[in-house]
Amino acid sequence: MLKISVRHLEKTTILDVSGDIDLASSPELRKALLRELRELRTPRVVLNLNEVRYTDSSGVASLVEGLKASRDVGSRLVLFGLSSAVREVLQLSKLLRIFEIADSEEQAVAP
Amino acid sequence: MNQGSLLLKMELRSNPETLCVVRNTLAELAQTLGFPEAECRAVVLAVDEALTNIIRHAYQGRTEQPIEATFRRIRVARDGLEQPALEIVLEDRGVNVDREKLCGRKLEDVKPGGLGLHFMRESMDTVEFRRRWGRNQVRMVKLLQAAETAKGS
Repeated sequence: MLKISVRHLEKTTILDVSGDIDLASSPELRKALLRELRELRTPRVVLNLNEVRYTDSSGVASLVEGLKASRDVGSRLVLFGLSSAVREVLQLSKLLRIFEIADSEEQAVAP
Repeated sequence: MNQGSLLLKMELRSNPETLCVVRNTLAELAQTLGFPEAECRAVVLAVDEALTNIIRHAYQGRTEQPIEATFRRIRVARDGLEQPALEIVLEDRGVNVDREKLCGRKLEDVKPGGLGLHFMRESMDTVEFRRRWGRNQVRMVKLLQAAETAKGS
């Protein structure tokens, strides 16, 4: 089961995600990302993936959709806390380089 | 024909909620067979993507439809040697899936979707599709060679 908690900082929203991202749960991630980016126009959305142990192609698709939305509205989508499994899947998709990836939360929210 | 030794057989339903159960079971199986951690993750990813394709394309999102998953330990001829391998066969009774729909997209295109088949092919040594007796079948094979070598060293 996927859990997403939301934390608001000044001009930044952090989504703390935990659980597996797959066909069953990726719509929830997509919805949360698009809400922050398209509806609320949050200038920076940070995705904390520390507690995500698995993602499939539908999870990658949700991240790509979030990235496109951030570009459309002129905001930033930053990821951090990638496990080996998540990093491998992004590498496999050849999409790792297109995402802004921080080493830590501090770096992700730094001005 | 030697079909190898049966390790596990699962009768599933086309419900996305069951995917995590399959992943956990398969991870245990792959680990027990001696696959290294990264290879276990690769096998799990390939099967998860194949099941996702079945649910989305063959059953068009309908849940409660049957899927049969069979896992065997087999031996395959590779480079003049017989090598142990894990064979996974997934079978469904959904519509005949248009292979073009599964062909994916160019990786340089930055857009959502179309990665599942690419992940399957990158993760496994063999990925084959066929349609027979009104059923779709995907057969995937992962060689145990690396794991055996690691255990033997």
